[in-house]
Amino acid sequence: MVDKDLELFDCGHRACGGCGAALAARLVLKGAGTNTIVVSSTGCMEVFSTPYPETSWKVPWIHSLFENAAAVASGVVASLKKQGRTEKVVVMAGDGATFDIGMLCISGAFERGHDFTYICYDNEAYMNTGIQRSGATPYDASTTTSPAGSCSFGNKLPKKDMPQILAAHGAPYVATASIAYPMDLMQKVEKAINTPGSCYVQIHAPCCTGWGFEGEQTVAIAKLAIETGLWVNFEMIDGKVAKVKKVVRKPVEEYLKTQKRFRHLFKPKRQDAEIAAIQAIADRNAEKYGIDIKLKKE
Amino acid sequence: MLELTEGSLAIADAVRLCRPQVIAAYPITPQTHIVEALADMVANGKLDADYITVESEFSALSACLGASAAGSRTYSATTSQGLALMFEVCFNVAGMRFPIVMSIANRALGAPLSIWNDQQDSISLRDSGWLQFYAEDNQEATDLHYIAFRVAEDNAVLLPAFVCFDGFILSHTYEPVEMLNQADVDKYLPAFAPKERLDAADPISFGMFSTPDYYLEFRYEIDKALKDAKSVIEKAGKEFAQQFGRDYSAMVEGYHLADAETVLVAMGSICGTTKDAIDEMRAEGKKVGLLKIRVFRPFPAQDLAKALSGAKRIAVLDKNISLGSKGALALEIKDALYGSGIPVYDYIIGLGGRDVRKKDIKEVVALAEKGTGDLFYGLKKEVL
Repeated sequence: MVDKDLELFDCGHRACGGCGAALAARLVLKGAGTNTIVVSSTGCMEVFSTPYPETSWKVPWIHSLFENAAAVASGVVASLKKQGRTEKVVVMAGDGATFDIGMLCISGAFERGHDFTYICYDNEAYMNTGIQRSGATPYDASTTTSPAGSCSFGNKLPKKDMPQILAAHGAPYVATASIAYPMDLMQKVEKAINTPGSCYVQIHAPCCTGWGFEGEQTVAIAKLAIETGLWVNFEMIDGKVAKVKKVVRKPVEEYLKTQKRFRHLFKPKRQDAEIAAIQAIADRNAEKYGIDIKLKKE
Repeated sequence: MLELTEGSLAIADAVRLCRPQVIAAYPITPQTHIVEALADMVANGKLDADYITVESEFSALSACLGASAAGSRTYSATTSQGLALMFEVCFNVAGMRFPIVMSIANRALGAPLSIWNDQQDSISLRDSGWLQFYAEDNQEATDLHYIAFRVAEDNAVLLPAFVCFDGFILSHTYEPVEMLNQADVDKYLPAFAPKERLDAADPISFGMFSTPDYYLEFRYEIDKALKDAKSVIEKAGKEFAQQFGRDYSAMVEGYHLADAETVLVAMGSICGTTKDAIDEMRAEGKKVGLLKIRVFRPFPAQDLAKALSGAKRIAVLDKNISLGSKGALALEIKDALYGSGIPVYDYIIGLGGRDVRKKDIKEVVALAEKGTGDLFYGLKKEVL
């Protein structure tokens, strides 16, 4: 059972006020519990949580490189198995480490089915190096390598569908979660670590610095992502969608307007065609996952 | 008991006797026979290890890192491009002080692609913090694995180790090799018991982020441990000699050195050919000797300077080239002999599997006697 009061991610770390990733780490460990070994990739979380000689991790923790967390976790799992030990292994990696540079190691590990849970805290860009686009960056988001400008509306590429990619590897449990829904997040982590094999949980973790909003808005913005259908919380068991968070959808611009990374869609001039294109992404998500709650006509 | 066996198979058998608990490796010529043999042992219950079939060398060493951190004796093998792909992980393993042992069947690096032998691969990792042993023959290649684990896991060292042997020349050659028995190896190499490991009962953080306030000290400690490894190697070599009769306690080994005027310096299988060439030159009255370097990291500069102090000239056989400079061995030797006035001539030789024969060694000696060096030996002018 998830212990809501368990604190395994200690205070004093160096994350920005309102950091979604720090909240994700805290919630993940509540779901995972004390009998856990964490493998981190290089990134914001690794840097802000372990400035030598201090650490926020009250469970055993290892960081090796940017792109090899899944392979390191494979080795940890193999070693524990040989020693007959019972710790559960959890990878904590950002979206750059997951969607882009770590893809090879992840694919290999999931093919082998090593018994660990891979958590991607998805803040939708390379935040540690200063907000560059990654494979997780949404359409039209302005980043420092996909800047909006007189000839550009920002990132032109769609967000890579990592959950489907890993489900196609045969992962027995794949889920998405959001820091705005902590009980759901913790339960998914608990379920993942208790499912044998390579499991994946992708957590939407807004970044106030990178997305451009005030730190106290983090949870509200994460919630808006769900409510607009731009982020869908679901569970896939053995490749089939088993559970979806349903919503009464709001228009996407309610989400877009809250963040500077989408400001160019509204100022100096409203870009109706681009907003419509993003609305179409939300509509496709809604149709694909069946998230719409149909209100009865009065 | 002496067994006539292929170098790779003898090495695999030595690795089995070292009881690695986790092996992660990826196929690459000419290393593949070793990991095939180990996979076969695991499949037939002859080796109680978890064998991870990774998707790349990069993941192989990354998985080894994780397994070592969790407290298992861990082994891999690779060569050439595979080692180059591991470059980033190699520095990381040493920095985090994990005593992984890796066999390197030395091979050239592309481009152009070459599957044949030289020592460019492991030499290119000289700055990474790994111990580097070089074997002359298959007996030595085999024995150095027991010693490498023993030294790497010593609490005064806690650093990873390469055991290097020339690809094809040793890896694919059949030679008689004396294999040890399990009880004796267990006595020489006790079970791996790291002081620190990933353990929920005692949570610690590995691989933390360092500010400029601490980084310099971390690097100093790695360097110190690598230098301190010298005495641990000597002790491990002596104990091996006491138990098994073969002495690898010296970091460098002389051959007809006492009165030698021209001393060749080399590493690996080329030392065997060189000794034969020296025998023939000695029969002709030439005062030629060899200094074989068994351990390249830590570099035994003082031992080397002492051993070479009586020489009139040094001819270094470098199976590598630090492009734009010299061979790595020559650079080290020039540093070790600085101020001695002894001339050091460098010969880049045998790259990409070009055969080095006795006549080539004799020609190198003749060039050194004329004071001609710092060159690529045996260039085919017609293809340049």
